Amino acid sequence: MNTICIMCPMGCPLNIERVGDEIKVTGNTCKRGEIYGKAEFTHPVRVVTTLVKLSDGSVASCKSCLPVPKERVADVVEGIGKLTLPADVRIGDIFKVGVKSLDVDIAITGTPASA
Amino acid sequence: MLLNYDVVIIGGGPAGMAAAIAAHDSGAKTLILERDVRLGGILNQCIHQGFGLHYFGEEMTGTEYAERFRREVHKRDIDVMLEAMVLSLGEARIVTALSPERGLVKVKAGAVVLAMGCRERTAGAIALPGTRPAGIYTAGMAQKMCNIDGYLVGREVVILGSGDIGLIMARRMTTEGAKVKLVLELMPYSSGLKRNIVQCLDDYGIPIKYSHTITRVVGNPRITGIYYAPVGEDRRPILSEEKFVSCDALLLSVGLIPENDLLGGLGVEMSSVTNGACVDENRMTSLKGVFSCGNVLHVHDLVDNVSREAEIAGRAAASYAKGDLKSGEGVCVCAKDGVRYALPQRLTKGEGKVKIFFRVDGVYKGAKLVAECEGRQIFAKKFAVLAPGEMGDIEIDKAGVDGDIVVRLQR
Amino acid sequence: MDRYDVIVIGGGIVGTAVLDRLARYELRALLVEKCDDVASFTTRANSGIVHAGYDCEPGTLKAKFNVLGNPLVWKEAEELDVPHLKCGSIVAAGEDGVSGLEELEKKAKANGVEVRLLSREETLGIEPNVADRISCSLYAPTAGVVSPYQMAIAYADRAILNGAKILLEAPVTAIKRSEGKYTICTPKGDFETSVVINCAGAHGAEINDLAGAEHFETTYRRGDYFVLDNTERKNVNTVIFPLPTAAGKGILVAPTADGNVIYGPTAVDTDDCEDTASTLDSLDALKKSVPLTYKRPAFNKCIRVYSGLRTLIEHDFVIGRSKIKDNFIMTIGICSPGLTSAPAIADEILSLTLESINAEKKKDYIINMPRHLRLKELSDEEIERLARSDSRWGRIVCRCEKVTEAEIIAAINSPLPATTVDAVKRRVRAGMGRCQGGFCGPRVIEILSRELNIPISEVKKGLGASIAPFRVKEVD
Repeated sequence: MNTICIMCPMGCPLNIERVGDEIKVTGNTCKRGEIYGKAEFTHPVRVVTTLVKLSDGSVASCKSCLPVPKERVADVVEGIGKLTLPADVRIGDIFKVGVKSLDVDIAITGTPASA
Repeated sequence: MLLNYDVVIIGGGPAGMAAAIAAHDSGAKTLILERDVRLGGILNQCIHQGFGLHYFGEEMTGTEYAERFRREVHKRDIDVMLEAMVLSLGEARIVTALSPERGLVKVKAGAVVLAMGCRERTAGAIALPGTRPAGIYTAGMAQKMCNIDGYLVGREVVILGSGDIGLIMARRMTTEGAKVKLVLELMPYSSGLKRNIVQCLDDYGIPIKYSHTITRVVGNPRITGIYYAPVGEDRRPILSEEKFVSCDALLLSVGLIPENDLLGGLGVEMSSVTNGACVDENRMTSLKGVFSCGNVLHVHDLVDNVSREAEIAGRAAASYAKGDLKSGEGVCVCAKDGVRYALPQRLTKGEGKVKIFFRVDGVYKGAKLVAECEGRQIFAKKFAVLAPGEMGDIEIDKAGVDGDIVVRLQR
Repeated sequence: MDRYDVIVIGGGIVGTAVLDRLARYELRALLVEKCDDVASFTTRANSGIVHAGYDCEPGTLKAKFNVLGNPLVWKEAEELDVPHLKCGSIVAAGEDGVSGLEELEKKAKANGVEVRLLSREETLGIEPNVADRISCSLYAPTAGVVSPYQMAIAYADRAILNGAKILLEAPVTAIKRSEGKYTICTPKGDFETSVVINCAGAHGAEINDLAGAEHFETTYRRGDYFVLDNTERKNVNTVIFPLPTAAGKGILVAPTADGNVIYGPTAVDTDDCEDTASTLDSLDALKKSVPLTYKRPAFNKCIRVYSGLRTLIEHDFVIGRSKIKDNFIMTIGICSPGLTSAPAIADEILSLTLESINAEKKKDYIINMPRHLRLKELSDEEIERLARSDSRWGRIVCRCEKVTEAEIIAAINSPLPATTVDAVKRRVRAGMGRCQGGFCGPRVIEILSRELNIPISEVKKGLGASIAPFRVKEVD
């Protein structure tokens, strides 16, 4: 398969193919590109970034601490959508989200201006 | 009330914060004037990943990147005035600002660093035909309303332009449950980063049509849809192929313009290409003691580059304020043959390496970028692909520079 | 049912000016307007030119009211503290246009309007940036520009301060007549009145039909405009017209009273009284026409496109009493020079009204409106003093036009309160600048939400459409 690496802004064009037992990535210019290429070929993952409701009616931004399977991104967003976190969250605070047999840690990445 | 500072930084976004830290660490008494309620600038609404890989060696969100810098600012003895709008920059580097807390403040600055960022081109700026209803937003305004205020501007969205903020918002709106029906790009290529096409559009099956534009907006008082058409080589729409798509929101991501309004009337030499000031390698403008960095100087794709550029400006501003910034004979740096601009536009002769940033004017495959001085080649590098959406940089050794430099593509 | 002596239908420049006159008399006067603010249609989208009156056909109502109205606009813009600029106008022509200018000069004489024929050199002295082909011009020193919507808003404010009432979002659905009285029906209630004044602009003929008064055929002519960044203002001193044609006064280049520059309008015939959508063709036509009179067109400095409609009935204004319906007064078909004529038309309508109803002049009514404090016009000392006493004077919301929170709140609390983002924009210019509300829009919404005590999602841009309609995490 051919794709563009999303690991950094360079956007290297990747060619990924199975050669025997191995997955071979070409076109990358760094190690991260190779890791990304292999994952994209076998089981693509993405970091989820979205908003989470706070108890005072405002919103904070958050991300999944680790990349989650690409096909589960929507589930994770839905799970985060059901949360209401305390209004005094701080950047870096970690919370657990349980969604349909998937446990995901999310980290607060941004808080309202008033915080 | 007249305050005195060595370095006054106008704008507390990524450029302003990095410049302030660098100026302070170079020994300058430093003040940041920030018009918003907190430091961070546009990063405060960038909740997506993709920041910091170059600068911090790790991938983080824009909000996290801003927080890192905020903490660094607050650790230091750097004065910050929030909600402070600069009204004017006077001849003798007297900066007049207005804030609810301090009222009208005048500051005498040893050096000024401009770090006001940029604004988005609007529907008006591109003379978008049709009605002018509710439901048309610049991508950045929609991003602010979503990510900071928690409001979604529509449920069925069309995006005009493929700048990075537009692509990022395509994914954001989708994540929040809206349907992004179509992205239209006037040019045959995207003005955003390739990876954003992949992770923001392709991942979600959002179609992008290149060489297409909007022919008219319909709906009043709220937008109900748009007509669009392919464009010919002259970039004019072919109306016989006009199609309709319904939507309740239209986002525009059609370019960014450095916000240099403060410089009006000061006679600062400006670049008609970047819409920013012309600067030397210290990022000093033609007005002595006034420096410029970040998106107010030229629009960057990467905040990491903004931080680095701002550090150069901050350090140099501190030196200038102390009176030990070296000046010398200068040479010009010109862009030609496929290179839209090269920055800095001036270099001082002397020693050391200096980075020159550039953008090209089209998509070039396998092109060689060269820098020449008095007809001599002083730098050459082959690039697999060069595109207008991606800023490049080259490093040259000043020791070999004895005349004007030309940066161009050799095909 | 509320009872009034006079009901004015329509809150454009004419309707508000009429109400302003009525409010000086002991009359119960009401203005009903279908939109959520006055000045919401034709009055918000025209050239804003105060015409000298040289080009109207002598003997027409247009000529009469233009010439009477011109000095009144200048006087009343002062009284009302509305931005205006008596910058004069020129009709610029090439060699082939000399006879056309002479024709205009004759009309000017007939209408009693001061004009001067200028050579190219004399023209350049007034307007250095006329196109190279321009060899002469007709200069009219009494012409200029005024903010048309601020003028209407100020008339509305003054009328309210003097005791008149304005009901917004009240489109007239029926007009009934019984026992010598009219009943005006709107979704906000029915109102009885002795006299009806039709100032309904683009809908004027419909209102006549509703009342069973004279029937008129209406046509419309749409005009598109470019608004240029205020950095272009230094290049334009005066209103630059081409020679007029059958389609109108032609595409002009003019400063605006608020410090921008406009190019326009085009003239596109339409039969849709709501059609204010600009078209590619029309905008292209503008781009071709502007350089014919002006040598520094800067379409890349465009910050906004807008369009307005001229409502045309026969060839002249229709002003006077209905011959079919008693006490039904019409001011319809008020196209250009309607803005300039408005105060004179209002005086005429007042006289006609007083023929129907005896009313005394109020003993003390307000003529000079309190000054609007605008940060841009204040000295450093004044800013300092205001910001010290009220921190909202220190908080700039619209950075392009330098508008403070205090000014926005004053607009929300004005006699005719601004309740939408567009209404705020028309009053204090927040969002009128080069970023077009990209930065200040969300802040203005917050302020409106707070001051009006309504949710953010209920704050309207104008005409009922919200700007931030959905809360995140609640989308289906």
